[in-house]
Amino acid sequence: MTDPERKTNPRVGGDGRAVHDMGGLAGGPIDRSEHANSLHEKRVDALLFLLVETKRRIFRVDALRRTIEDYSQSEYDGLGYYDRWAQAIRNLLVEQEVLTAEEIDARMAEVRKRLEGEGVTVVERGT
Amino acid sequence: MSTTVPPRFAAGDPVRVGDRPVVGHCRAPRFLRGRPGTVEQIVGSFRNPEQLAYHKPGLPEKVLYRVRFDQRELWDAYPGPPGDEIMADIFENWLETRE
Repeated sequence: MTDPERKTNPRVGGDGRAVHDMGGLAGGPIDRSEHANSLHEKRVDALLFLLVETKRRIFRVDALRRTIEDYSQSEYDGLGYYDRWAQAIRNLLVEQEVLTAEEIDARMAEVRKRLEGEGVTVVERGT
Repeated sequence: MSTTVPPRFAAGDPVRVGDRPVVGHCRAPRFLRGRPGTVEQIVGSFRNPEQLAYHKPGLPEKVLYRVRFDQRELWDAYPGPPGDEIMADIFENWLETRE
């Protein structure tokens, strides 16, 4: 088995560019359409605020950025804006030893089971 | 703007963004690294985000500058009108003096 992303630092492209650092790249036309934030997006936003505000300060928003910047190109491209946040929050909760990966996985399995029992289709994003 | 540390640069100073290897979290975008600009204003001083990113205190604070760049200094064959500029907030540890 080969994993092409392991051969170089997945954070940095061949031109020394980190995955998020896109200034000046040909990006095509910009989609300027607006949309209302979904409940999911609002929840991710609220979760981040609760974790970074002074009372808890589990981490700073700078750590969120750093975690997102460490995604591989495929992870970065494959996730939407708030899903990048959600995955970084998950990674930082583990990094800061607030929750273990096992605890998060167990809880997610529990929620998935409940939702599927209610007839909801669960789509998994991120890793 | 007040800062908790003495600023190395003042408004109007010619500067250049450092062009050195990036180690860890970096707040200076790649398209500006190595490019000449002019200090527009001192924004203030803030805990160093490149250390906050790793749960460190980020002290002493770093001075943050708003720097003006001529687009023609940034891009080969810039297609826009002469005089087009871009402003970017750059921390002092990424700025160098320029003659």
